[in-house]
Amino acid sequence: MLSARSSLQSDHPLFTHYQFSGAFDEMFDWDGQVRPHYRPLYQRLLELAASDLQERQRYANLTFLNQGITFTVYGDHEGTERIFPYDLLPRIITATEWATIEAGLKQRITALNLFLHDIYHEGRILADKVIPRELVYTCHHYRREMRWVTVPRRIYTSVVGTDLVRLPSGAFAVLEDNLRVPSGVSYMLTNRGVMQRAFPQLFANIGVQPIDNYGQALLTTLRSLAPPQRPDPSIVVLTPGVFNSAYFEHTFLARQMGVELVEGRDLLVHDNIVYMRTTAGLRRVDVIYRRVDDDFIDPLAFRHDTILGVAGLFNAYRAGNVAFANAVGTGVADDKAVYAYVPRIIRYYLGEDPILPNVETYLCDEPDQLRYVLEHLDELVVKAVGESGGYGMLIGPHSSAEERAQFGARIAAHPRNYIAQPTLQLSRAPCFIDERVEPRHVDLRPYILNSGDQITIVPGGLTRVALRRGSLVVNSSQGGGSKDTWVLFR
Amino acid sequence: MLSRVADSLYWMSRYLERAEHTARLLSVGLTQTLGQEQEAVRQRWLRLLAALHVTPPSGSDIDTTVLVQAQSFDTENHDALVNSITQARENARQVREQISTEMWEQLNRLYLQVRTHASAQLWQDEPIEFFQSVKEGAHLFQGITDATMSHGEGWHFIQVGRFLERAGATALLLDTHFQPHLAATPEEPSPLDFNDWVALLKCCTAFEAYCKVYTADVQPTRVAEFLLLNGESPRSVRFAADRIQRSLQAIAQATASRGAGRAERLAGRLRAALDYGQVDEILADDMHGSLSAIRRSCDGIHTAIYQTYVVYPVESALNV
Repeated sequence: MLSARSSLQSDHPLFTHYQFSGAFDEMFDWDGQVRPHYRPLYQRLLELAASDLQERQRYANLTFLNQGITFTVYGDHEGTERIFPYDLLPRIITATEWATIEAGLKQRITALNLFLHDIYHEGRILADKVIPRELVYTCHHYRREMRWVTVPRRIYTSVVGTDLVRLPSGAFAVLEDNLRVPSGVSYMLTNRGVMQRAFPQLFANIGVQPIDNYGQALLTTLRSLAPPQRPDPSIVVLTPGVFNSAYFEHTFLARQMGVELVEGRDLLVHDNIVYMRTTAGLRRVDVIYRRVDDDFIDPLAFRHDTILGVAGLFNAYRAGNVAFANAVGTGVADDKAVYAYVPRIIRYYLGEDPILPNVETYLCDEPDQLRYVLEHLDELVVKAVGESGGYGMLIGPHSSAEERAQFGARIAAHPRNYIAQPTLQLSRAPCFIDERVEPRHVDLRPYILNSGDQITIVPGGLTRVALRRGSLVVNSSQGGGSKDTWVLFR
Repeated sequence: MLSRVADSLYWMSRYLERAEHTARLLSVGLTQTLGQEQEAVRQRWLRLLAALHVTPPSGSDIDTTVLVQAQSFDTENHDALVNSITQARENARQVREQISTEMWEQLNRLYLQVRTHASAQLWQDEPIEFFQSVKEGAHLFQGITDATMSHGEGWHFIQVGRFLERAGATALLLDTHFQPHLAATPEEPSPLDFNDWVALLKCCTAFEAYCKVYTADVQPTRVAEFLLLNGESPRSVRFAADRIQRSLQAIAQATASRGAGRAERLAGRLRAALDYGQVDEILADDMHGSLSAIRRSCDGIHTAIYQTYVVYPVESALNV
């Protein structure tokens, strides 16, 4: 009986359309047997009808809408807000798998932090020719203004969201490091809240590690950055404002931590001290969790044509009177060309082999590799190095000859701006789509908090789903959704 | 509390009060001018328009439909009802995390409802019902605010915005009615009749309340007394002044602000003038002057609030 219920039952109405491909399937092994950690979920699904699941899906969508967990659709005058598509079935990761991910991410963040400190100070890694000097200095996100600036506790990247994918072998690999202002953590937390109401028994039976302490851990991390002479620091979240698509997340995090949510116009700098304007007068600000990009943070230091930032903020920062999370100039380490060097960076600073591998990457900046890329555009995924959010990329196998010709010309014109990677078969996880369970490609973005003494990763993360059949793009701006991620105790 | 947040709460509330006031005046104007002769209609609209700060259209005829359309839905017109609601919602949106979800949802619903009516020209079929729904929407929002938001500093800024707007608007409304009335001479009797005074009370949703105090014997002096000096009607200027003062005291206490004195003092003075004022003296002396003074006080309180809590000079706040 147990064996019958532990393999794919394609005659069950929910599973009539479940097909395998060359990708790793999170729920079934290559023989169609259910992986042990997915068994409780699978057996629960067999007991349910499509209508039960639909009822829960409706309930979940309504919860998101009512709580205002939405993103703004740009350019819509009616102020329409949409919910981020949400899939009902959790993505499950075992404790063993998680241990590897956790160790790998800690190692990677430690090395990248050392790298950032080094390139803004002595530049040993450049002198030792481990990574070409030119590659770093030509990076759009390299900030000359940060040379020899002392950042609190030498922590450049306090809040990181690293994108992982699972390869057909079953191993996890790093696809992207997001070291500037990674978003999505509010979805991780609210997804969990919704799931606990949709499948309460399953939680109890299966043993899922909690993630509720994220807000508190974030607060602790931010506190640790405060200047030492400020024992009771005042911390704020800096948002670009209500028109930003992630505004919900900014308000959410401010509420979770119990700190003020400020905009640039709420802050002012006087004698290199940052204040916020309150009804009770000016109040000093010690730590800014800024959700504003480097470019817009201070019109005196960076882009002049912006009113999002605060004039003089960067000087206050350089004087050590205020701390930022993350530091200015971290984007150089998540540049997609620098990415290719991360394994070497880890070996250089830590003398260890990377625990989580990179995805094979071709640098268009190097003539041999450029030639290969241009000849194999139909097989590769090409990405612009400074972009994120799924913009500026070409997915070779899904592109037309015309698109490839156009993109090829752009690459040839600015090779430093592009890298290429093989088209990855991201792993697929079961999703509830059109009254059936079907597999869809997923990735995983765990959120890492680095306070210097301690690197905290709440067990889980945001699993993003490419909801369109066959699609490999998981970004929310490109039709992606998300689902809850369960890391088991065992 | 951040100054920006206080500012947004204050204006959210002010704009909503303004929208409600506009809806009420237009609604009264529509009912009051039904089946009346041309000149009477014109005079009545002129008074109501003056009370809404609107320059009357040129020409002697007034097309009620065009006029109501312009005051309700013309997005080019800054004072139009739809713009007040949009502004209220826009301010609420800026501080969505500071107000309760229920407040936001109600204001958003009201906004969407008004927008729908504007585009579909729906209001022309049932104009009175439309204005009624706007008034109810605003009342519901106030009820939800009282029931779901902590009555702390932010709530008090909402109260101040609402009652400052109400005090100023009511004073202006009284002025537009009493100026022609008091200008009357034995040769040229008052142009306002019984219906006009009832309409004035209805503009302040105070007709029934008035009747409970004075019976349906509507006398201009009593109307003035009721709308200016009654201590219990939430629509009287005195009541508004009392609430403004109370909320300003609460805000000063919450912020322990050094410069709080000015706004409180102005509010206290306004309240004292109304607490101890005598309607016969006001009418005999200089009604227009008194009403103008009330409006100046409201402007002064507004400025003082801004200087103390919102746009204070940095130098004055540095030695914290």
